[in-house]
Amino acid sequence: MLFDALLLQLGYNATLVAIGATLLGVAAGVTGTFLFLRKRALVSDAISHATLPGICLAFIIMVSLGGDGRNLVGLLAGSAISAWIGLLCLSWLTRHTRLAEDAAIGAVLSVFFGLGIVLLTVIQTMSSGRQAGLEGFLLGSTAGMLWADAMVIAIGGAAALVLVLVLRRPMTLVAFDPEYAAARGLPVDRIDLAMMGLVMAVTVVGLKIVGLILIVALLIIPPVTARFWSERSDHVVLLAGLIGGFSGYIGAAISASAPNLPTGPIIVLVGFSIFAISLFLAPNRGVLAAVLRHFRFQRRVHLRQGLLALAQNQPIYEKLTLRLLRRAGFARADGVATDQGRARAAKALRDEKRWQVVRADRLHEAAAALYDGLRDIETVLTRDQIVDIDARIGGPAGVPT
Amino acid sequence: MSGEEFVPLSLTPLLIGIFAAIACALPGNFLLLRRQALIGDAISHVVLPGIVVAFLATGMIAAWPMMLGAAGAAVVAVILIEAIRRLGKIEPGAAMGVVFTAMFAGGVLLLEQSDTSSVHLDVEHALFGNLESLIWLDAIGWSSLWDIKALRGLPVELPRIAIALVGVSLFTIVFWRPLKLSTFDEGFAQTLGIRTNLLGLALVITAAIAAVAAFDAVGSIIVIAMFICPPAAARLMTNRLEHQIGWSVVFAIISAVLGYVLAGYGPLWLGAQNAVSAAGMIATVSGLILTLTAFFGPCRTRIGAPVEG
Repeated sequence: MLFDALLLQLGYNATLVAIGATLLGVAAGVTGTFLFLRKRALVSDAISHATLPGICLAFIIMVSLGGDGRNLVGLLAGSAISAWIGLLCLSWLTRHTRLAEDAAIGAVLSVFFGLGIVLLTVIQTMSSGRQAGLEGFLLGSTAGMLWADAMVIAIGGAAALVLVLVLRRPMTLVAFDPEYAAARGLPVDRIDLAMMGLVMAVTVVGLKIVGLILIVALLIIPPVTARFWSERSDHVVLLAGLIGGFSGYIGAAISASAPNLPTGPIIVLVGFSIFAISLFLAPNRGVLAAVLRHFRFQRRVHLRQGLLALAQNQPIYEKLTLRLLRRAGFARADGVATDQGRARAAKALRDEKRWQVVRADRLHEAAAALYDGLRDIETVLTRDQIVDIDARIGGPAGVPT
Repeated sequence: MSGEEFVPLSLTPLLIGIFAAIACALPGNFLLLRRQALIGDAISHVVLPGIVVAFLATGMIAAWPMMLGAAGAAVVAVILIEAIRRLGKIEPGAAMGVVFTAMFAGGVLLLEQSDTSSVHLDVEHALFGNLESLIWLDAIGWSSLWDIKALRGLPVELPRIAIALVGVSLFTIVFWRPLKLSTFDEGFAQTLGIRTNLLGLALVITAAIAAVAAFDAVGSIIVIAMFICPPAAARLMTNRLEHQIGWSVVFAIISAVLGYVLAGYGPLWLGAQNAVSAAGMIATVSGLILTLTAFFGPCRTRIGAPVEG
């Protein structure tokens, strides 16, 4: 069943939903990356909740004009307008009052959503409102998705992607260093607004599939996940698009494969699973990598300290140090140094002495700043410099440098 | 309006609304000043999975397991956010977004998977609450307030939110000095020996308790609105924390009363037949109050900010 779903063999509606969800995931992942890099990820929460009054008003207006209240284009246009108003309120609050952005986000989010609920109850009492199904926009409802709906999503998503392509350089610049961007003469405020406008477009497009509460997840989770795998902003953008599209596709397929699996939440949970895997397994920024790095560092410190202790004929009590020395062949089980261990210990002690000279000498200030007790001196100074330092120490002959 | 009509139909929802608003606004003041305003948002989202899990575990709609489940979910969410923020070196906003959306999605999925059709548990109810339905059928007028038998018929939500309000107030009063200190100068508070991170966690848990108790009665949208709007409006009125809290309580009460009245009677005045959602109206009124203070509040601008035209 799941296999069929993955191959788009589960019928017309499931195929439409899968394609729509994939496109939406790509668009949301790519757009959300800039929001995340700008450290304003939760602005999307305010935007998405602010769509609700617009949807309801659009429905009321379309019905009172005698049309079909469920026209998707009309509803989406209404949601876009109210999201834009919410966005303007948000930026006005943060710029003209002392409220911080998080408070402004929360205020816009809750007030617009509250107003939307008031309007929803108004609609429920209207004669044509009972079967409106506007609640479907809260959590998305893919069951009755039509070809026209899928086209709206495809066109909207594609338009958002093209705009991202055009604006990616200024948006990246503003995300990383707004002051510099302003100094370069870029209109930072307008670029920010454009970024938010893109987010709004993705939100509006995604209302049908994942609903307004969970679209936030599609905008935030893929970029956060992609950030684990790369340090380059363009790679993060691409990866976020990939992860978003993948979660959309897999999520839609899983939800089509069995009953009672709502599309939006499944897509979000697929995305979250990828996030969790990345959190632990990503190279460099992942938890596992950090743990391994810590252990490697610990071993180096213990080995180094053990060698210095051997060189000075001090007894070693630390079990880990002893074990590391023994495994490297530097010491016997009773803590007595082997020949190789003695040679390495002498070198370690000598290096320590060399570092002392380096750190006491103002001429070597730059090199001395690199001293951390572990760094090999050969990686910092040239052979000639080391010879020069050795001449000052004057140490014993016969020990290989 | 006569007591015969007001007491059974409007008194309890009104009181519940007021208590819920104040219980959320009190911790909201500190969350706002600590730039953690959106913790309230996150908590109100994760309450849903907590309640669903509690329902699945006990198999019934009972108040205490669900409150425990919701509070547990809130604590889990806070810990997860903190863990992801630290382990993944992710900015707090994004970490919050990852956690609460994923938990909410899990809650919705569990709800769809389990057979909850027989009981009154759905997403819309969780979001909007059902303030209007919390009526006191046993009351016949003001005299019922002294009638033990009638008092037994009070909706259980009322004593529950009242207890939560007392708890939140006690927390605020008992920990007033450390809370104030650690909110404004965490480093200084630490040098005085205050365990600021424990205090921060306690604050979040208090907020969660307020949120869960309020959520039970009025839905999560009021919770978010009351965590943020009254304190934010109060912040624009004054520079003193004591006054800010006073203002926020006043604003919370005004929002609750005015919102409830407007939702119940506003449509009738306009000639419509049915009332609208009280929870939504209370949130809307709190937004209007915030708008007014944003335009006219005496302390609305940042000190030292350039005066813009």
